[in-house]
Amino acid sequence: MTEPDLLGAGTPETRGPARKPAARSRPSAPAGSAGEARRPIEWGHLLRRIAKHALLITAGLVMIYPLLWMVASSVKPNALIFRDPSLIPTQLDLGNYTEGWNALGHPFTHYLMNSLVIVAGAVLGNLVSCSMAAYAFARLNFRGRKLWFAIMLMSIMLPIHVVIVPQYILFSSLDWINTYLPLVVPKLLATDAFFIFLMVQFFRGIPRDLTEAAHIDGAGHGRIFLQIMLPLSTPALATTAIFTFIWTWNDFFSQLIFLTDPEMYTVPVALRTFVDSTSDSSWGSLMAMSVVSLVPIFLLFLFGQRYLVRGIATTGLK
Amino acid sequence: MSAIGELAALRRTKSARANPSPAERGDNKAAAVFLAPWFVGLALITVGPISASLYLSFTDYSLLDPPEWTGLDNYAAMAGDPRLFTSLRVTFTYVFVSVPLQLAAALGLALFLDRGLRGLAIYRSVFYLPSLLGASVAVAILWRQIFGNAGLINQLLGVFGVNGPGWIAHPDYALGTLIVFNVWTFGSPMVIFLAGLRQIPKDLYEASAIDGAGKLRQFRAVTIPLLTPIIFFNLVLQIIFAFQAFTQAFIVSGGTGGPIDSTLFYTLYLYEEGFGNLHMGYASAMAWLLLVIIAALTAVNFFASKYWVFYND
Repeated sequence: MTEPDLLGAGTPETRGPARKPAARSRPSAPAGSAGEARRPIEWGHLLRRIAKHALLITAGLVMIYPLLWMVASSVKPNALIFRDPSLIPTQLDLGNYTEGWNALGHPFTHYLMNSLVIVAGAVLGNLVSCSMAAYAFARLNFRGRKLWFAIMLMSIMLPIHVVIVPQYILFSSLDWINTYLPLVVPKLLATDAFFIFLMVQFFRGIPRDLTEAAHIDGAGHGRIFLQIMLPLSTPALATTAIFTFIWTWNDFFSQLIFLTDPEMYTVPVALRTFVDSTSDSSWGSLMAMSVVSLVPIFLLFLFGQRYLVRGIATTGLK
Repeated sequence: MSAIGELAALRRTKSARANPSPAERGDNKAAAVFLAPWFVGLALITVGPISASLYLSFTDYSLLDPPEWTGLDNYAAMAGDPRLFTSLRVTFTYVFVSVPLQLAAALGLALFLDRGLRGLAIYRSVFYLPSLLGASVAVAILWRQIFGNAGLINQLLGVFGVNGPGWIAHPDYALGTLIVFNVWTFGSPMVIFLAGLRQIPKDLYEASAIDGAGKLRQFRAVTIPLLTPIIFFNLVLQIIFAFQAFTQAFIVSGGTGGPIDSTLFYTLYLYEEGFGNLHMGYASAMAWLLLVIIAALTAVNFFASKYWVFYND
């Protein structure tokens, strides 16, 4: 958290209201809370700040209006979804949820569990494999390190669409289609190089003295990694876990391709079949299930925000 | 430093000698162990498939029969495929309209939010939330409703007596709704910009103020130059991301890329050819074209960066 800066220094004001020239030397109002800085409050400045907040609040509302409206629509009777743009439902109707839960071949719980299984495998895989690779890049000196590191960085930018066809052929020759293996095994092999990079960044910040002392005491790299680096890296591990969760939970493309048996469907694939079979009369239940599918991400966002923001700031994750 | 900053730095320090501490010299064996999973993944999941798709791109392959060598036939067919050109046009329009708008919104708000605004964390969260949820099928479904014939947008327009068109069903507007979608997810580049702004040393502002620089001058001479690496990073990354957009177009158009192919993203067409029609050879050729396009654009970006990105190290 940053300290509130009363002068807003350095922020270019793009559309502050006209400055009021008068009333410059009023005593500070309670809202100012200027502390020991005994600068008189400028009314023009205060107004500008209020206008700035008003603008930001408006922009923020516009941004999340669709999301709020989705939640509101999920408890509205169907007919109202297409007539009522307001956020406050006049009638509270939870029927959409019970209806949507059982609208597909399996109860929605089934798809939620399928998604959870894949997410759990992916999180575990990424934590183990990416931290191992990151330790090598951050702390070991080996032949060709720079070259491998560059290859790793470039692989971050490789679109999955380039490799998906041969991957499909490979996995289908292994009889892995309609299993979760194509979605989990690659994570055990550190293919999400983003997280290697994230952890390299973090490992580099851990003082070398710590690991070198352990080295002199005779600890091998395995022990240094497990007993020094990992325990000191919980923030990076948490960031990795949270992002892996969100990405895997949201992932549609590869789940659409590798899972074609309704028994194996995950939440995004199930929602897609739902939308295909939806007429105007069942939009309410579709909205309800969409809301359900976003709840886990929203919870992670609420409680893991610190890690999310830090993760994006250091690596530029989505 | 960002991933792209690292890459640029690697390039600039090509000749610099690594200077490992004595304890860390010669860790080849340990490195082989720690990197083993990554090496296997690189070989089997990344490099192997890339090479395999190069081979497949010269074949006719439907997964049922063994691949049949057809030389350059797939590439020749691509050159005469009007839908391929449509998909390229749609994708390029999407990328080159939505990414600049998205980054402008991200940068504008980051500048607006910077420097200890009260409630900064709350604003940041609100603006960031859409980019976190935006990749989901659920929000794509929401978009389909919002821009539908009787959707939220038209209901709101109706309040003002305007009769809006069915946005996603109209070939002139459907792509626009997806562009709006991408701009709407400006939160993650915004957070990166905010982090970048915070790294600009405060004393630069103090020093330039003493030298008599005004706010505008400081913005032009301090903020923007020091932010160029971040702008570059976001630009490269968001272009690559935008080329890969799939879910939104797939869900909003019901998997068809319609109406009249107006939202036929390249990835959508690739999916349709490879997994809908089982033209695996053709899809592989398409994958290679995509790889070449993205690599070329990234190379151009890196090359151009020499002229406008300022590295303060």
